[in-house]
Amino acid sequence: MHSFTYVRPQSLEEASTFLSEHREQARILAGGTDLLVQIQSSSVTPDYIVDIKHIPELNVLSFDETGGLRIGAAVPCFKIWNHHEIAHLYPGLIDAVQLIGGTQIQGRATLGGNVANASPAADTIPSLIVHGAICDVIGRQGIRSIAVQDICIGPGQNALAPDEFLLRFQIKPPSIGFGAHYLRFIPRNEMDIAVASAGASLVLNPDDQTVQYARIAIGAVAPTPLLVIAAGESLIGQPLTNESIDRAARLAAQAAQPITDIRGTISQRKHLAAVLTRRALVKAQERALQSLKGASH
Amino acid sequence: MTEKTPTLDTASESKYRIIGKRVDRYDAADKVTGQAVYGADVHPSNLLYGKVLRSPHAHARILSIDTSAAEALEGVHAVITGADLPSVSDRIVDLGETATSLRYQSDNILAKDKALYFGHAIAAVSATQPYIAEEAVSLIKVEYEILPPVLDVRKAMRPDSTLLHDDIFTDELGQKSTQASNVASHIRHAQGDVEAGFRQADVIIEHEFETTMVHQGYIEPHNATAIYNPSGQITIWCSTQGSFGVRSQTSDVLDVPISSVHVIPTEIGGGFGGKNSIYLEPLAVLLSKKSNNRPVKLTMTRAESLAATGPTSGSYIRVKLGADANGHLTAAKLYLAYEAGAFPGSPVGSAAGSMISEYRISNVLIDGYDVVVNKPRTEAYRAPGTSNAVFAVETVVDELCEKLGMDPIAFRLLNAAKEGDRRPDGPTHPRIGFIETLQAAQSHDHYQTPLDGKYRGRGVACGYWGNWGGRSSVSASMNADGTISLITGSIDLSGTRTTTAMQLAETLGIDLEDIVPQVADTNSVSNTEGTYGSRTTFATGWAAHKLGCKLIDAVKERAALLWDIPVDTVDYEDGCIFSKANRLTFKDISKYLDETGGPLMVSATSFEGGHGPSATTHIVDVEVDPDTGKVDILRYTAIQDVGKAIHPDFVEGQIQGGVVQGIGWALNEGYFYNDEGQLLNANFLDYRMPTFLDVPMIEAVLVEVSNPRHPYGVRGVGEVPIVPPPAAVANAIHDAIGVRLTALPMSPARVLEAVWEQTPSAYLG
Repeated sequence: MHSFTYVRPQSLEEASTFLSEHREQARILAGGTDLLVQIQSSSVTPDYIVDIKHIPELNVLSFDETGGLRIGAAVPCFKIWNHHEIAHLYPGLIDAVQLIGGTQIQGRATLGGNVANASPAADTIPSLIVHGAICDVIGRQGIRSIAVQDICIGPGQNALAPDEFLLRFQIKPPSIGFGAHYLRFIPRNEMDIAVASAGASLVLNPDDQTVQYARIAIGAVAPTPLLVIAAGESLIGQPLTNESIDRAARLAAQAAQPITDIRGTISQRKHLAAVLTRRALVKAQERALQSLKGASH
Repeated sequence: MTEKTPTLDTASESKYRIIGKRVDRYDAADKVTGQAVYGADVHPSNLLYGKVLRSPHAHARILSIDTSAAEALEGVHAVITGADLPSVSDRIVDLGETATSLRYQSDNILAKDKALYFGHAIAAVSATQPYIAEEAVSLIKVEYEILPPVLDVRKAMRPDSTLLHDDIFTDELGQKSTQASNVASHIRHAQGDVEAGFRQADVIIEHEFETTMVHQGYIEPHNATAIYNPSGQITIWCSTQGSFGVRSQTSDVLDVPISSVHVIPTEIGGGFGGKNSIYLEPLAVLLSKKSNNRPVKLTMTRAESLAATGPTSGSYIRVKLGADANGHLTAAKLYLAYEAGAFPGSPVGSAAGSMISEYRISNVLIDGYDVVVNKPRTEAYRAPGTSNAVFAVETVVDELCEKLGMDPIAFRLLNAAKEGDRRPDGPTHPRIGFIETLQAAQSHDHYQTPLDGKYRGRGVACGYWGNWGGRSSVSASMNADGTISLITGSIDLSGTRTTTAMQLAETLGIDLEDIVPQVADTNSVSNTEGTYGSRTTFATGWAAHKLGCKLIDAVKERAALLWDIPVDTVDYEDGCIFSKANRLTFKDISKYLDETGGPLMVSATSFEGGHGPSATTHIVDVEVDPDTGKVDILRYTAIQDVGKAIHPDFVEGQIQGGVVQGIGWALNEGYFYNDEGQLLNANFLDYRMPTFLDVPMIEAVLVEVSNPRHPYGVRGVGEVPIVPPPAAVANAIHDAIGVRLTALPMSPARVLEAVWEQTPSAYLG
């Protein structure tokens, strides 16, 4: 194990300054559930560990009707699923944060870490994508916004500049008729990494329940989590039927470019992309219908 | 008192005061509070930390090793390589459940001229801190000539295959061949006329099977701490299934007298067969010797444990079975090719002896091949070699039942072996309880309850395992308060301190609380084989019974002296010593020891044979998700002939643990090598053992068919539970979705491929 210096900035400015000076030798520590494992196995050998958990702006967790949801990059998963209003409004996001590790890991693991780590199998990324999440990143030039689907550029590689780090995620308030779901396939029932995963979100028309808006994202089937625009668009204006869902599911499978590795095979993953998309849509529909039902009361 | 005569009587509950009771286990409090001392907890003063350099290549010639940079690093005390091990002869050494050539054992501990598997130990260092040792290892420069890896058992058997060793000549049914080969040996068991048997058959089923290497998965990785003192005395603390095995193997490999090696076993965090052979002990000793006699500790990481210890064989198996229209098995032809890993010694022999032995078949031909490949040397794993072989046999049996339209239990009852029948590998069955397990299964609520629901299926499979007896030693000292300190040489993997004490207490007629058992080091008790072969409660328990009988004789003599009467007028019963005029409890004699000769200590050993084989019948219900290939276990019942269950909780625990390991083997466990022979899943994330969420409560049904050759009717119980699960699950999957899987693990990807083959339109990709 490579020895390193631990740094704990207390402000955004302090962190940015340090990173702009030492970025090549530094790794950012949030929950550490990926980083500590990587350090221990010597797959990364940083000279500095920059712990950003103590910066106030990275610990914001709030919702309001106009601004929507804001989640600081260092907020641990358990705080998200433990927040009753957020859990009620965004069950499709909770699907993902509750899948990461066990309870102890969820006490540490963060959305920011999961996204910045840029694993093709990251559980929160497809969910954030279908929720239309925007990520604010901060660097020497100030704050800029990136859609979550644009953050990952390859396995373990993100689109951030060397001096940048994740500040927070923003998600719009859910519309009436909104429903989302994320699920993954693992061979066991817990403690595993996705062989394939899918997220889906829908907004159903209150009048005829046709699809007004749909987004589908798939994970662990390409170098990065994928937003499959064609699959979502195929549903717009359509009623949700077995046929329309199947069509969208097959479009998702067609977009997949998986590899065979220790966790799965190409054909298994392409097939699962379809199966999981179908299941994600069915559950998203159920939630969207609940939303409509709630609004009509 | 003479020893208890073994009896055919199936022991009734009321017959015993202590045996059969679910008493507290001696080591429970220490283990649940973290007080128990394991190998990693040993910290002698001046301790140094060791680290092993391991080969990144599956097959490579070692051209040179430069240790100078490692030696120059501050904090490093010693560096050793294969050149530091004494050259040893080719004699055969006992590894407990397996045996190997001493030279292979030495070469496995540190590679000499060739690295033979990914993770093969190349060098080791000692340093003042673990991280310094790690850094030192990374500074050792090894020049390799990379050779083509041999990774597939069938390719390894081809005459034109790359060879691992130039000195392996196939032992072909006892004759040494003249051409070097990767096939170390070919064994055969033949009974009757197998071709004639197939001519009598109305239904013949034949399939090929492939299985992947799996690991024992003990939670505590291997560790060893050793001191080599200036006079050449060696002390070793380690986690092992057999301290005497560590002593003899270390003495062999280092070419030092056995009397110079003192092994102190710590508590053990699981073994399952994988902690009989040594890996780290000689390295710790040599490092201590080169480090000014300071103690050195080596502890494996999980990755090292998976890459370089264990596992059990991957295999290629062909099974051909024939039965007549009435359901009688007429012939069995079995072909087994087992991966031995880098050195000869796969469990193909024990597989051949147990894979079909619970059936009565007149015509059997079994051919087994022990084949070296560039993977870690295999070690024993719970009924070594048998689960994968029985997966093949019981899958074919299930298909026979299907073709014949017969109930799987009725078919097996028709063909079940019993006392006096001959096993295909030679021995004649003693009293076994296979039929009793089948009858119990047939009437069990699980089998009687219909299974409803789509994609759900039920599977049945059986298993047999011979068990082992072997050598055990115990001793007892009477304390001033009349309690007994019981010393055993048997490592306690599963509560055997308690079951040994229970058998002593039963023999003496005293309370269990009056016995304090302890597992001793190799200087404190006589030779005791490791805790393997399901032998400890049987053999060490037998020694404890003999010990009790000797203690009774001893206290009768003391009482005779005390009362000044002939010893033959003194009797003993229910914990009391008495004559016509006198009476003392067993404990009370402690007050009179000084006036009757001084301290009281006796010892006893056992080496009796007479171990009773185990047979078992398993029933499992599964639900298959045909869209994802995932198999969920809904209900599992294991019905086993356990002989007399000394402690039913422990027996049930053994059955449940074995079944869970078998389910892991069935569904997800397996070594994943790339084409270069590098192990890619050497961690518990990707080497997928079941978690608690993956298994239901396993119901263990104890069928007590007493072993007539043991004083208390004990049979081994620990191994056979792992035998049927892969087959039972495969048969249940077939019942659920109509596909036969012929490869382990039956992972979701494999299930899906079978579904797509059956229904191509099911593929959505």
